[in-house]
Amino acid sequence: MKTFANNFLVRAVLLGMGFGAATIAQAQPEVKIGVIYPLTGAAASSGAEMRDALELAVDIINNGAKSVPQLPFAAGGGLPNLKGAKIKLVFADHQGNPQVGATEAERLITQEKVSAVMGAYFSNVTATASMVAERYKVPFLNAESSSASLTQRGFKWFFRTTPHDDLFVRNQFEFLKDLKAKKGIDVKSIATFNENTLWGNETTKLQAKLVPENGYAMARQIVYPARSTQLTSEVQTLKAAAPTVVMQSSYLGDALLSMKTYKELGFSPDMILANDAGFSDTEFTKTLGKDADYIISREVWALDLAKNNPLIRQVNDLFMSRYKINFTGNSSRTFTGLMVLADAINRAGSTEPEAIRKALTETDIPASKLIMPWKGVKFDADGQNTLGQGILVQIMNGQNNTVWPFDVAAREVVWPMPKWDQRK
Amino acid sequence: MTFDILLQTLASGVLIGLIYALVAIGLTMIFGVMDIVNFAHGEFLMIGMYSSFWMFALFHLDPMLSLPLTALMLFAFGVLLYKLLIVRIVNAPMVSQIFTTFGLMILLRGLAQFFWKPDFRSIENSFVAGSFKLGQVQLGKPQLVAGIGAIVVTGLIYFFLTRTKLGAALEATAADKEAARLMGIDSHRMFALAWGIGAACAGVAGVLLSTFFPIFPEVGATFILIAFVVVNLGGFGSVTGAFWAGILVGVIEVMGGLLLGPEYKLAIVLVLFLGVLMWRPQGLLGKA
Repeated sequence: MKTFANNFLVRAVLLGMGFGAATIAQAQPEVKIGVIYPLTGAAASSGAEMRDALELAVDIINNGAKSVPQLPFAAGGGLPNLKGAKIKLVFADHQGNPQVGATEAERLITQEKVSAVMGAYFSNVTATASMVAERYKVPFLNAESSSASLTQRGFKWFFRTTPHDDLFVRNQFEFLKDLKAKKGIDVKSIATFNENTLWGNETTKLQAKLVPENGYAMARQIVYPARSTQLTSEVQTLKAAAPTVVMQSSYLGDALLSMKTYKELGFSPDMILANDAGFSDTEFTKTLGKDADYIISREVWALDLAKNNPLIRQVNDLFMSRYKINFTGNSSRTFTGLMVLADAINRAGSTEPEAIRKALTETDIPASKLIMPWKGVKFDADGQNTLGQGILVQIMNGQNNTVWPFDVAAREVVWPMPKWDQRK
Repeated sequence: MTFDILLQTLASGVLIGLIYALVAIGLTMIFGVMDIVNFAHGEFLMIGMYSSFWMFALFHLDPMLSLPLTALMLFAFGVLLYKLLIVRIVNAPMVSQIFTTFGLMILLRGLAQFFWKPDFRSIENSFVAGSFKLGQVQLGKPQLVAGIGAIVVTGLIYFFLTRTKLGAALEATAADKEAARLMGIDSHRMFALAWGIGAACAGVAGVLLSTFFPIFPEVGATFILIAFVVVNLGGFGSVTGAFWAGILVGVIEVMGGLLLGPEYKLAIVLVLFLGVLMWRPQGLLGKA
């Protein structure tokens, strides 16, 4: 009798535990987000920074962070509208290769069954990977690629939080106009010096239109093969064109090589207006030291913006305590991208791609909840965030200093750049 | 287009061409002696660059001083690689050989990234930093030293191959493996020697490059492509061929870029290369 009762009790308890465990397991689903970034290849150091930013964002959402109370989801515990479901990142490495990016997107969607995809930094990889997502009807959120054409494809599942090159390049011309108006600085001729992937080519076309439109002479347009072993002929051509200002678009490797070649061949225009990317990477200033000073780059973010937005300082401190480096324009946008996606998934209350897509179209995040100098996040019919804004920074003593717009500038712009032999 | 600019560009082209030549010489030797295309050759260059960097960063040893050390290390590494890996595929079908060296390339790149991270390193303020003017031509000191270094190493290799008994044995194995064996020359020793010298050449090129080129795990990829063109152009197996072809490719790339437009510089090199292959398939100085 006792044995029977014992057996029955044990079995009942076990059964109860089984049901209980199943219910607990069901109350803790994961939200899988696929992320495609250059984890190896020439941009691997940029990719590593963006990976760090993603992991920080996910950690804040899943486990909370007391030091950033104003940030959405800082209470932790996963996504509230999905019963505390935690976000799980599934990483893929595109190696800087558009074909690999597309294949990885396919793998993430069909095999890993992610609910949404984020990526990919390089505009050309974002183009192919998002095409795959569009085909499979999975939301693709792009936080860092700036080629304007990405949101001109009529896609329904592509969303981009970052402003694009059209805006950034126009910013540079507004800056030159402001320079003339407020400081009487005249620019006679401009040369464009861009790499030749999708990003560089589109920037070249845009600059070809805007330079004459704004009344400047186009000294020379140079397009060079990305990842050259040397840039001597390119810099020689630049030197011969003798422009007042050089507008340059290069990823990290070429940015470093070109600066070294400028120094070696003694080429120093009045100013180098850089288009972010390589010039914004932490490695750039670390490697070049003083030689990087005075360069003005269009940027999307700078640490000194924390002056007007304490949330920026708080989140950056968290990043710094973990990874020993500050946010850059790239990593801050990646961080923001994931927060926007998490916000949409939360509002959707589901991991179904269509629900997430609908929630994304209804996104309306105010500036106070962002660590970017934007007016907010709101997507238009093409999936482009219309409330983004750019800034211009000048590198001095290895730091980025916001110099434009003049009303949020932290520092006066120094113009022109001193010649190489006058720097010591 | 003034004469000064042309002269400057020519000088830059010759200097980078000498580096191409040095990388290619190692590659052509390995192919000449044992008919194996070493896809991992760029990684020897990369390892040489990192060796130079770490000795500079950790022990404050200038690249010019650490150069012999790196050369010896890479030589030993090449021989070791031969004894552990390549010896197994010497008589294997070509596809196996290609896969092996290609896989080796990926392995070495991956290991470099794993241990040393993908960040770009560079050597600033080495002994040869700076530039100087020679008349109207501005030359970077690192590039000039690298060019001279390449000439010296090529000279040494040439001297070794043509004036020493061991060098003659190597050439004999390259010419006819079986006949050399019959003469008492151990092929395996010659193969190991070829790998060692080949790796050392690429390593020295790496050290010379490290004084002015950024160092990162994928740097081999950029140079190996051009090295293949140089080896083909000069003729597989010909050291002098690789030397002159390297300089030629460097000059054509830079001058062509200046005169026709930088976006075409590689295209010009490759068109010329196609032309040589059609007219003289064995390369400029290759054996027919």
